[in-house]
Amino acid sequence: LQLDFWLAPRGLGHPVDIRVPFPSLQPVKAHLEANGVSYSIMIEDVQALVDHEQMEMLRSPRRLPLSTSTFSYDAYHNLDEIHAFMDLLVAENPNLVSKLEIGRSTENRPLYVLKFSKGGTNRPAIWIDTGIHSREWVTQASGVWFAKKIVLDHENDEGLASVLDKMDIFLEIVTNPDGFAFTQTQNRMWRKTRSKHSGSICVGVDPNRNWDADFGGPGASRNPCSETYHGPYANSEPEVKAIVDFVKNHGNIKAFVSIHSYSQLLLYPYGYTSTPAPDQKELHQISEKAVAALSSLYGTNYKYGSIITTIYQASGATVDWTYNQGIKYSFTFELRDTGRYGFLLPAKQIVPTAEETWLALKVIMLHARDHPY
Amino acid sequence: DIDGVGRKYHLELVLEDVLGKDSTVNCTAEVLYHLGNKNIAPDVQFTLEGELKNTEEADNIFYNRIKSLEKELVAENIPDSRGNVSPDMEPFHLLAWVASGYVIWQNSTENTKFQLAQIKRVKQVKRSDEYLEFDYTILLHEMVSQEIIPWQMTVLWHPQRGVQVTQDSRQPKHAPE
Repeated sequence: LQLDFWLAPRGLGHPVDIRVPFPSLQPVKAHLEANGVSYSIMIEDVQALVDHEQMEMLRSPRRLPLSTSTFSYDAYHNLDEIHAFMDLLVAENPNLVSKLEIGRSTENRPLYVLKFSKGGTNRPAIWIDTGIHSREWVTQASGVWFAKKIVLDHENDEGLASVLDKMDIFLEIVTNPDGFAFTQTQNRMWRKTRSKHSGSICVGVDPNRNWDADFGGPGASRNPCSETYHGPYANSEPEVKAIVDFVKNHGNIKAFVSIHSYSQLLLYPYGYTSTPAPDQKELHQISEKAVAALSSLYGTNYKYGSIITTIYQASGATVDWTYNQGIKYSFTFELRDTGRYGFLLPAKQIVPTAEETWLALKVIMLHARDHPY
Repeated sequence: DIDGVGRKYHLELVLEDVLGKDSTVNCTAEVLYHLGNKNIAPDVQFTLEGELKNTEEADNIFYNRIKSLEKELVAENIPDSRGNVSPDMEPFHLLAWVASGYVIWQNSTENTKFQLAQIKRVKQVKRSDEYLEFDYTILLHEMVSQEIIPWQMTVLWHPQRGVQVTQDSRQPKHAPE
């Protein structure tokens, strides 16, 4: 039978653990049952576990990726690996991709943005950011996937090619690097930045309450220990200020998408007031189409609507500011799931999540391309 | 709205088996949030249209496995940072789900939305009677405030007698870090 005892028999009342080769499963079970010996399956497939461990071991000792084709998009990576990925992507596609540093975080980490452009000068542009809340790991992972997807599809996908013929795409993958590093080393559930404030032992500001759109109003907290602390003043966080400066200096951003998890929602302004945004009707129609495209891939259900009616009241939110700056197509995503794993989304869901979200992003990008303003 | 009493919601929902998505049961429920005192759990009445799956076999296998452990089981971080739950830890995850449902119910208001975020630690406590006992430290995620709240709960379970939360208490957040 080739039974392999991992816990050998040693007497009555002591459990025995056996690795059973597949062909012997039936006879072993039959024998145990016939003799009234109770058993339970601790590991269904040892080979699968071993294979998985092998794969993990190749991945860590955290060797940096060697090319974007051997990079594992179906795994969570740390900051060094993501930076290495960005540099590789630029090196492999110098005519399409460049890396910009738009500022530095509180702990002096660089804030990198990838620019995808087929040329021109200051073309109308689409902005996408992921990872502004550091614990929302599926978003940074999706950002990495989007970057590669743009490179893969920029010529052969009609829609994307036509967008890039007229517009540039800016992608900030790790929008809150200090928080991200903290989730890797100290607290997986960290959401905010890592700024310190005199008068409090608590650290960090909610970067999605720090924008100058009804800053400090209801829907944010003035308690520095709170997860939704808005900060001492609007744009106090360098991570936020860097984007504000970039957007203002660029002056030609036409669509702005900020990506979060979890809840499976597509949201548009406003969060700070229930007064409908002037473009509410159009934004709602775009959302409907985007969500339909998203669901078409794996049947994932999304709800959509304004921030305040769909999720909760929030002041100082990113897309409320961008919308009030005149960026009409301002959207926020909340990706998978709806609570079963929440922030701890299994890595095998990264790629499906990114794939379906990309379909929704394309709807938004195509609409921006077709409706210049 | 019910004057002087509170606010009642009538719900129609579909329950879906986490372990077998094609298995669904319709359910109607009435939830009454009491006026004023936020320390009383909402009243819940419900009717299931149909039956929940029978899990007797799996329950007994799990029960026997734990009962026969020499050393008390201890496990941490379920799921781990990457969302992994090993198959032998899955029953603890499911049990925490059920038990945290009770804690969430007892602490819910119209302005909260709780989810179980993670099991930080689960420790088996050996008992001389037929029940299995586990001391859990879980993290609850409250959606509106976005807070992560540590919570301790003592959970009793027996395949035929079901789940009980005999003791639970909100824990202080770690050092504000």
